[in-house]
Amino acid sequence: MQPIDVEQVQQEIEKRANKEVYIHLETTNGAYASHFNKEAYNVGAFIRNAKVTYERGKIVGTENAFRVGLKMDIGWIYAEGISQFEIDENNALLMAGHDREGRLMVALQISEQPFHY
Amino acid sequence: MMSKEHVVVIYPHPDDEAFGASGTIAQFREKGIPVTYLCGTLGEMGRNMGNPTFATRESLREIRKKELIEACNVLDVELEMLGYRDKTLEFESREEVADHLYSYLKKIKPSLVITHYPEHAVHPDHDALGAAAIRAVEMLPESDRPTVWAQAISNDSVEKLGEPDIQNDVTPLFKKKLAAIMAHKSQADGMLSTVKNDADDIEQAAKMWLGMESFYIWEY
Repeated sequence: MQPIDVEQVQQEIEKRANKEVYIHLETTNGAYASHFNKEAYNVGAFIRNAKVTYERGKIVGTENAFRVGLKMDIGWIYAEGISQFEIDENNALLMAGHDREGRLMVALQISEQPFHY
Repeated sequence: MMSKEHVVVIYPHPDDEAFGASGTIAQFREKGIPVTYLCGTLGEMGRNMGNPTFATRESLREIRKKELIEACNVLDVELEMLGYRDKTLEFESREEVADHLYSYLKKIKPSLVITHYPEHAVHPDHDALGAAAIRAVEMLPESDRPTVWAQAISNDSVEKLGEPDIQNDVTPLFKKKLAAIMAHKSQADGMLSTVKNDADDIEQAAKMWLGMESFYIWEY
């Protein structure tokens, strides 16, 4: 992945607007958070291959803290903490944020084909 | 006990075998005893993406599959990939997963099964696959039933379960264990950095942390 280039990511978001797309949205602090630190909580959520259509999408932010919002007919998709992106071999737009040790904290991915199971 | 020894290791993630039991596995292999690893998932939902990151959520699957194959080559064990998705094992039907595992056990006829101790293995996938493995062994006729070594990794396991029955010092085989861990590059970078922060000599620190492999003998 590479650091967010706002202009390029904005274009990629727009390319995938107003058509059926598949979303992977995820946030996690890992299954071992409270094992290594009993003060911590295990928190995470993911949705994989949600089939949606968004009419408008935008990336906003600075340096290491970008937010992405996708506006749908009857709701929203939102991710915060995005710092890197990639167009992968299946032409999916992958966006993610990692901590200092390279561990994934948040991911928002948009693809015209379903993501692998 | 079966006449011919064969060990089956049942864990859900690529690297569980390396961190948890690779010293023990190496000991069995040194004695010429075959070992088969039934690996539940490909760790697709892992948080570690390498440090610095080189994997994405989408590429992690293939990367970890390659790492798993490499680790199994290092340990010289047979590998079967069961095809479940990381993080979802506890939501599958336990009976279906047990049936799936049973189909391998029926063929292999192991003398020993190594798996996680349900409810004491921290990660929900560990607990779920451990429980299914224990159920799968129970489905075998009593005369064919292998011994089960169940691994507890929760912080309060000794308090709750007592001292483990098997306390295996694997430091003599530590180089092999470290090689198996390092085969899982995407995961090892992050995991070992937690150790590294506390010590200058990573091998010495890892030995302290990973030199003992402990198991409880499951009683049916």
